[in-house]
Amino acid sequence: MIYLQLFISFFKIGLFGFGGGYAILSLIEHEVEYYGWMNQQEFVDIVAISQVTPGPIGINAATYIGYTASGHIIGSIIATSAIILPSLIIMLTLCKLYLRLEDKYANNPYYNNTLLMLRFTVLGLIAAAALTLITPFNFIDYYSWIFFAGVFILSLLKVKYLSNPILLIIIAGAIGYFVYS
Amino acid sequence: MFLRLFWTFFKIGTFTLGGGYAMLPLIQREVVDNQHWIDEREFLNMVALAQAAPGIIAVNSAIFIGYKVDRWRGLLGAVLGAVLPSFCIILCIAIIFHNFRNQPSIEAIFKGIRPAVVALIAAPLYRMTHNALKGNNFYIALLVSLATALFIWLFGVSPVVIILAVILITLLITNCLQSKSNKNIQ
Repeated sequence: MIYLQLFISFFKIGLFGFGGGYAILSLIEHEVEYYGWMNQQEFVDIVAISQVTPGPIGINAATYIGYTASGHIIGSIIATSAIILPSLIIMLTLCKLYLRLEDKYANNPYYNNTLLMLRFTVLGLIAAAALTLITPFNFIDYYSWIFFAGVFILSLLKVKYLSNPILLIIIAGAIGYFVYS
Repeated sequence: MFLRLFWTFFKIGTFTLGGGYAMLPLIQREVVDNQHWIDEREFLNMVALAQAAPGIIAVNSAIFIGYKVDRWRGLLGAVLGAVLPSFCIILCIAIIFHNFRNQPSIEAIFKGIRPAVVALIAAPLYRMTHNALKGNNFYIALLVSLATALFIWLFGVSPVVIILAVILITLLITNCLQSKSNKNIQ
């Protein structure tokens, strides 16, 4: 049963995950919360782990959630395959069309308008992912807001070497260790 | 060819930190410059398609390039190569971390990391908003993105429902505009 739920959820995420990366987070968050597979802290922890390990966030999240939700590697395999499957069907169709049409599709107003609107939607999806995660579970005291503001500003300023997300996460973890333990 | 595609994407998958977009320049270097599987123009078209289609951008790219180079065998090699490194690494982490995450010292580290992660998600919004709002679609962009964020955040509407609604409404409006301009021509 859990395997079927994992398959359906991650198939949906793969099918509607426009914009990649952070935009997919909002869809994953919704499914995880709906089925109660993990709490919000654990979800944010996965995003953190995804940032410091190689590979796309969608694959990382599917593998991790598949394992923890089912307690078995099979869950990981099912979730990861399910998130890829829609891509496979859609990209293959597009690839075959492309081999025939080259880039004539680019002038189609239906195609262009939908892409444009989805770009704006993706902005909203990412904003929603961030807003949904600002909760007392993740922001436990005023130190949390200092962490938030520090990282937000540093990653916007594009300071050489320092504005790297991996480095910022490691620094936040190190400071967290001293502040909270 | 299966092995070469597998190995190429395996390398890219193992050594790119920070997700799909970070992979694109590496894919370009390997696939266009080193292996000459596709040319520059095709690569750019591929990126446009991989970003337009739903799903993980790195996986979409692997599907396109793999299929183009060697049909099904190439596709299988490229996708497995792109997915396996992060699958294995995260699986190990999941097995280990799941048992250790309640340790006080680990919990302390993640208390610092969690707000940082939310900031990392929020930060690119600034630049993206800036770019999206620059065009002459300012009010539409503002309306669509704000409505999306508010519906999901405040009312818990499923992102899937919103994406479907946006696609349907856009197609309907485009259809109206098209038939109107056709009438004007007549």
